[in-house]
Order: sequence, then structure tokens, then C-alpha cells
Amino acid sequence: MTRFAGFLHKEFIHIFRDIRTMMILFAIPVFQILIFGYVIKNEIQDVKVGILDFSRSNRSAEITNRINASNDFEVVARYYSYAEAEEAFRRSEVKEVIVFEAGFSKNLYTHNGGAVQLLLDASDPNLANLIGSYTTATIMRYISELNHQGISIPHPTVEPRMWYNENLKSAYMFVPGTMALILMLITAMMSSISIVREKETGTMEVLLVSPLNRWQIVFGKVTPYILISVVNACSVIAVGNLVFGVPIHGNILLLFAEALLFILLALSIGIFISSVVKTQMMAMFISMFVLMLPTLLLSGFIFPIENMPKVLQWLSVIVPAKYFLEIIKMIMLKGGAMAEIWKPTLVLLAMTLFFLGMSILKFKSRLE
Amino acid sequence: MRIIITILQKEFRQIFRNRTMLPIIFIMPLIQTLVLVYAATLELKNAPIAIVDYDDTSISHEIVSHFDASPFFRLRAGAYSGQYVADELKYNRSKAVIIIPHGFQSRMQSGLPASIQMNINAIDGQTAGLISIYSEQIIGRSLAAYSKIKDLPLSAPTARVDVSARYLYNETLNFKHFMLPGILTILVTMIGCFLTALNLIREKEMGTIEQINVSPVGKFQFLIGKILPFWVIGLFDLALGIGIGMWLFSLPFAGSVFTLFVLASVYLFTAIGLGILVTDFARTTQQVMFTIFFFFLLFVLMSGIFTSAESMPHWAQEVNRINPVYYFMKGIRMILLKGSGLGDISNELLSLGTLGTLVMAIAVWQYRKTS
Amino acid sequence: MEREIIIKAENMVKKFGNFVANHCLNFEVYRGEIFGFLGANGAGKTTAIKILCGLSYPTSGTISVAGFDVYRQREQIKRNIGYMSQKFSLYEDLSIRENIRFFAGIYGLKRDYIRKRTEELLEELQITHLGNELIADLPLGWRQKLAFSVAVFHRPQIVFLDEPTSGVDPATRRQFWDMINRAAAGGITVFVTTHYMDEAEYCDRLSIMVDGRIDALDTPAGLKEQLGVDNIDDVFLKLVRNKTV
Repeated sequence: MTRFAGFLHKEFIHIFRDIRTMMILFAIPVFQILIFGYVIKNEIQDVKVGILDFSRSNRSAEITNRINASNDFEVVARYYSYAEAEEAFRRSEVKEVIVFEAGFSKNLYTHNGGAVQLLLDASDPNLANLIGSYTTATIMRYISELNHQGISIPHPTVEPRMWYNENLKSAYMFVPGTMALILMLITAMMSSISIVREKETGTMEVLLVSPLNRWQIVFGKVTPYILISVVNACSVIAVGNLVFGVPIHGNILLLFAEALLFILLALSIGIFISSVVKTQMMAMFISMFVLMLPTLLLSGFIFPIENMPKVLQWLSVIVPAKYFLEIIKMIMLKGGAMAEIWKPTLVLLAMTLFFLGMSILKFKSRLE
Repeated sequence: MRIIITILQKEFRQIFRNRTMLPIIFIMPLIQTLVLVYAATLELKNAPIAIVDYDDTSISHEIVSHFDASPFFRLRAGAYSGQYVADELKYNRSKAVIIIPHGFQSRMQSGLPASIQMNINAIDGQTAGLISIYSEQIIGRSLAAYSKIKDLPLSAPTARVDVSARYLYNETLNFKHFMLPGILTILVTMIGCFLTALNLIREKEMGTIEQINVSPVGKFQFLIGKILPFWVIGLFDLALGIGIGMWLFSLPFAGSVFTLFVLASVYLFTAIGLGILVTDFARTTQQVMFTIFFFFLLFVLMSGIFTSAESMPHWAQEVNRINPVYYFMKGIRMILLKGSGLGDISNELLSLGTLGTLVMAIAVWQYRKTS
Repeated sequence: MEREIIIKAENMVKKFGNFVANHCLNFEVYRGEIFGFLGANGAGKTTAIKILCGLSYPTSGTISVAGFDVYRQREQIKRNIGYMSQKFSLYEDLSIRENIRFFAGIYGLKRDYIRKRTEELLEELQITHLGNELIADLPLGWRQKLAFSVAVFHRPQIVFLDEPTSGVDPATRRQFWDMINRAAAGGITVFVTTHYMDEAEYCDRLSIMVDGRIDALDTPAGLKEQLGVDNIDDVFLKLVRNKTV
């Protein structure tokens, strides 16, 4: 046991002496969350809008005021021709130009209604879509109020109730996602690289002829990364909670237990990678492409899985992060307990055992 | 010079003999463009929702059928139990549950206030917002359609608006056209930065760099031998990626090939310079990898790959001034989608050029044959 | 016989922070001789050789190699020397011929000349059939001999060898020293560091380093006489024991 402790000690020294890598290891998760929180916004803000009003009527003026009054929009210019508007788009001065037809006011009460055209810079189609939708909604609301002043069609009020995330904070999405990404990346990638490095430099054989047995070697190598990952998981949850207000409605212990399970899964994947790969470079590339990209894209972290073509939806079934995200969101945001998450938990457990089993087989066949 | 040719010969030979690197260089573009582009969409499509119709009248049926017909939503059967809403949302069976209360039609027909309740899973705030907006629009449209067929009190003239949208530069709102340049950027960055750095640190770790340092080969010649191959490969891969994009996704190419390659060349120069700079200060592969990964992540996320850079807070936009990825991302989108020429992207070129020269200069200066 | 001094070091000091790796080394090497630096691991041999090769800056001292000053004329030095590191650094993923073509090329040799000499070399070593094998596929002994051949391929004035025979069996070591002797006979000065006592006998002159200092410098015979012993092992032991006493 003291031999193992000695070995463990050496592994820790290796890592902690490399201050630069250390700092990065602990800084990455925090930075990532902060960036997602403060920098990446899918909401609209300060949208610069131009008006091309051929009708010069009261109604169009009122609508323009409505738009301008909204916090997210700002009417910055009035144009008098399509050419002017196009020029403005090319110079990226506005993201939207609202065009009122010449007979707008008159046509309001006709069968077809008054025509409004929204010109949108769709080089960012997502933004264009959002802007268009919000603008349309604003205009529609104005019209329905107009109608309400008469006694016409009663318009029902639609009351949206936002469950789990009243203020539509984006943090609720990216904090769990970041945790999954970081844990998977750091644990799997770093531990696989660490083991492979010994193989590459030939010191692995030295270790193998020592009194340490194979499992002690492997666990000695990965334990520091387990600890680092646990610290990272805590810092992600802490920053998420304290800075961005992501709640923990469910049981914290359960949360940590699941995080630990995920870490172990990532670990077993890392060990498996190290058993099939010969160079550090390969370990890194496999970790990146087989682990990071699917975790980022196919787990539901940023892009909803239902939007994807069937093939990718099937692929997402084997992405561990997908289940982990379900679990985290259930515990933190919906206050769920084991009863709700036993299925994905089981899946994660099965995956862990699978990779551990494969690693054992690989070890046996390779090193003999 | 003969020496540079000797060096380049060796570099290319090593790169092509490296059986692990080869598939990465050529297959990477393929896989990246395929998977990523298909996966990356934030539009609303087939979102599962359930409608609980307590009213069961012709108006409510009209509403339900409009939702059913909409491509944004996929209707699930609604059950009439108290727990239903909570369970649907909790177990992610539906993203939203809409409740049409009993007596809806009669209240509407007698001019009394009526309301429809929408329960939306708002964890994904953006999707929730879109669901809310689209639902409102659908409900509005179904009522308008209904009022044309049946008789609803129309005592005063109704104002109506016909709002249409025209999307410039990307008429079909093809999100893939937005994402593809972003993905190509990542590709080019990885080749320029990562691969160069890994190659260099490998020489350091293996000790072969000592043999070079002890020879009369100047550091310029040596570094050119590192810069040129990855520069060429980076440009080649970009071409490959764009070709695939055009073939499989009808990626538009409104601008000129020449402009794009000028931009890409300058960008690659910068990325490679960064790779060399990081390696100058590192001793192990791990250090190099993590340092580059850290900055890569930061710069790429902030560059506007998923969301446009103008949506970011102002301090972030200031930081982007020294973010080469931001300039390239902007430039490549302008060239591909808007057809911008050299003049239009002159700002970006200038900034990239300045950054690149600076970075490369420091990188070369820091490379020491003697320690 | 005229003895031209080809390497001269006066008060060579190298410090890493507070640790002094080389304490005021003073020595001279004559053209055409095999000069050895003998010492235990960590004695400072590799540090010294790196300074002479222009791979590392000395902290202080006056040092010249092949007539060039180590502070200001390093690039000229590099044109006139060859080097073999402890790691025998040839490119593992290139073949023998490719490695030679590369390293000879960067010293400015012409392609035809390289080709001719390569075949001569391969024949000499009797490995013409292995010419296109990757270095990674060759056993250690061969890599070592090849690294040496590459180091002297461009006929430098001096070749620096840092622990060239580590980890290799005695028979191969002897073959290696044959190669060294042939090179020296051809006029190349050989500066070699080693921790193998028996190799000390092969040098024309050697210096013994202990803890960063040169404790003795003479021909092997001279050293043995000086300390009244009949083999280098005892020479070394005596010097070390004097240190600790």
C-alpha cells in the first residue's frame, strides 16, 4: 500500500509542478461558463432598425414608436428608397428595415389588410428569425389593441407560463452542458494522455516490472484527474449558482453522486482510449473528435436533439453526455430524485462497466 | 535556397508518412462539415407539444388543427388529468402543454374575456421564447380563419395587417449556410495552430530539435520549413471543405476565390504564428495542447461562430479586436454570403495582417537555437 | 609534432539559478586527438558539451571552438562541428537514406555527393539492404552507429559525442570506438563524454569531472602514474574519495 501511495504521490507532483497546465485545468471551466454567460447571447439586444415608410401615416408612425419603445430595438434611421436601405445593409448599419406600403393606413380596414414588409439581414439566420418574430409580434399586438378599442373580435389572451426557468435565463442550459463537456474532456482526455505518455516514453515498461500491479499503475495515474474533475464540477456548479442564479432544487448529494458516476465513466473511456492508442497525439485527437464534438453537438447542450435529422438522433443515443445532461437538469432545475432519473443513471452505469470491461480485455491481450 | 528545399522535403515526407495524421487531415473536413452542419440548428422543428382541449368546440378544433398542420410542432395526445401537465414537462415528453379551458368558444362568442394557458418548459430559454411566439401567431391565425367561415360578432371594422418578411443574403434562412463558414474556420484554425504546434513540440520532445540547433541552419529557414507545409495544407483543406459545402449543401459562393484565399492565407499565417509562439515557451505536448485549447476555446466562442458578434456586450466586442478568429469569421461570411470583395473586407484584412505580423515576429524572435 | 589548439576554455562557468553546474573549467583540446570527459551522471559533462556546441550560453569564461568565439560566433562554430546527443536524435519516421540526405543537406553538401557517399557508407557498414528502413525499426546499436555516421558525414573539424554508448552491449561499444578511431585517424577531433571507465582508456587525453569541477586532466597513462594505480577505475575512486574526505 505504501508503494502505491508513493506512486500516487509522484503522479500528483508531476501534475502540480506543471503550474501552467494546472492553471489552465482549473481555469477552463470557469472561463467557459463566464463566456457562455456574459458573451454568447442568443437573445437580441440593441437591434438597429431602419424605417422605410412610404405611407407617412399616423398608424405607421405609431407602430414605429412601439418598436422604438421596446428595450431591444432602436430605430436608427429613416430611408426614402430601397437603394438606401440596401446600402445600409451592406455596410451592416442596420439588421432590419421595416417597410410600410404607400397605402398602409387606408388598406388597414380592407380585406387584405395593410402591408408591412420586414427586410432582414439573414447572414445570421437565427438572429434574423428572432428579430422578425419579435417585430411581427409587436406589430400584431398593436393591431389587436387597435381592434380592441372597437368592439370587434374578442381576442383571447394567451398566457405563457414558463416552467423551471421563469426568466428564460440561458444559464440554465449552458451550466449543465459546460459541466458535462469539461468533465468529459478533462477526465478522459487528460488521463488517457497521461497513461499514453508513459507508454510513449517507455517508462511504462519500467513501471510494469516494478512490484506495482497493473491496476495500481492505472489508478495511480487517474486518481489526480478524478480529484481535479471533482473540483471542476464543484466550481462549475458554484459559479452557475452564485453568479448566474442556477438553482439546485434537488438533492445536492445525489447531484454529486451522479457527477462522480459521470467522472468515472469519462475515466473508463480515457483508460480505454489509452489502451488502444500508441502516441499522445492520437490520444488527443481521438478524445477531441470522438468525445468532445459529440458531447458538444449531439448531447442537447446547445442544439436541441429533436431538430436534428434522424440519423443524428440515433447517434445521440450513444453519447454519454446526453444522459448526464438529462440527469443534471432533472435534479437541479426540476427538483427530481432517483425515481425520475434511474433510467439514464442505469445507462451511464452500463456504459462505465462496458468501457472498463473492454479496457481489461485490451490490457490483457496487449501486454502479454 | 537549397537548404530550405531540403527541409521542406523532409517535412512533407514526415507528414505524409504519418499514418495517424493523414486521415485527420483529409477526413476531418468531411466529418466536420457533415455532422456539424446537420446538427447545428436552432430553428424550431417538430417540437413536441400537447393540447388539452376542455372546450371541445369548433373553435377549439380549429385551433388544434392549425397546430397540427404547423411544421414547428408535433402534436401529442392530450390527457385530462391534473398531473398531466407536470408530468409531460418533467419527463420531457412535451416541450409545452396548451390548455384550452371549458367554455372558451361561448365566451369568445359573447364577447367575454377568454384566455388560453400555455405551459412551456423554459429550461432552453430560446426555444421557449420561439414556442411562445409561434403559438401566439398560430392561435391568432386560427381565430382569423375561423371568423371568416363562421359568424363572430363583427360590429366594428377590423384592422388587419399582412406582415411578410424578406431575408437578405440568405433567403431560405438556411442555418447551414451560416454555420458552414464557422466550421471551416475551426478547421483551418486547427490545422494552422494545433498541428503546427504539435509538430514542433514533437521535435522538442524527441530531441531532434537539438540536432537542428547545433547545425548551421538558421532559425528562419527552420521555421519556414514548419510554416509552409501547414499553410499549404490549411488552404487545401479549406478548399476541400468549401467544395463539400457547395456540393452537399449548396453553400453559396458570392464572392471571388482570390479574395477568399488572400483572407485565408493571412489568417493561416496568424494561426501558425500562434502555434509556434506557444511552443516556444513549452516543453511538453501536454502544455502545448492545453494552452492552445484554452485560447482556442476562448477565441472561437467569442468570434461569433454560433451567434453574431454584435449581440455581445461591448466589452466583449472590444476584446474581439485582438481576436483573429473573429476577423476571419466575419470575412469569410461576408465573402461567401454577401459577395464582398477585397475592398469591403479591407478592415478585416488589415487587422488580421497586423495581428499576424506581430504574432509571427514575436514567435520567431522567441525561438532560440541557444538556450 | 605540432599541436594546434582547437578548443580552448578558460574559467568556463555555467550556473542554473543558484546551482553551479560547471565551476571554472580550464582545458585545451588539440586537433586530431580523442579527448574525453569522464565523470558520473550529474557531474556537469552534458552542460559543458552543450556550451561548446553553441546550444547553451556560458555564464562566464572565455571559450573558443575551432577558432571561433562561443559568445559571438556560434553560427560559424556550428558550420564546423558535428554532434551526437544522448538521445541519438535521428528522425524515427524517416529511413536511413532520408535521414542522411536531410542532415547532410542542411550542412550544404551537394545532392550527387550525398548520394555517392551514402552508398559508400552503407556498404562500409554492410547495411546497404537496410538503406530504406525506418530508424524506428532498427535496433539500438545500429541507430547509434548511424547517428555517429551522420554526425561526421560532412567531415567537420570536431565532432562532439555526448554519452554515445549508453545502453549498448560491450561488443557494439567496441565497434563504435573503432568508428571513432577511424574518424580521428582521418583528422577529425573527437570530444566525447562518457561515464564508462573502460572507455577512458581509448582516449588520447581525458579529464575527470567531479561535481562540476575538473579534478584531473592528462593522458590515461599519466593519470594512472600520478595516482599510483593501474586502472582508470581506481583513478576515479581515488579522486572521489579525496573529495568526500
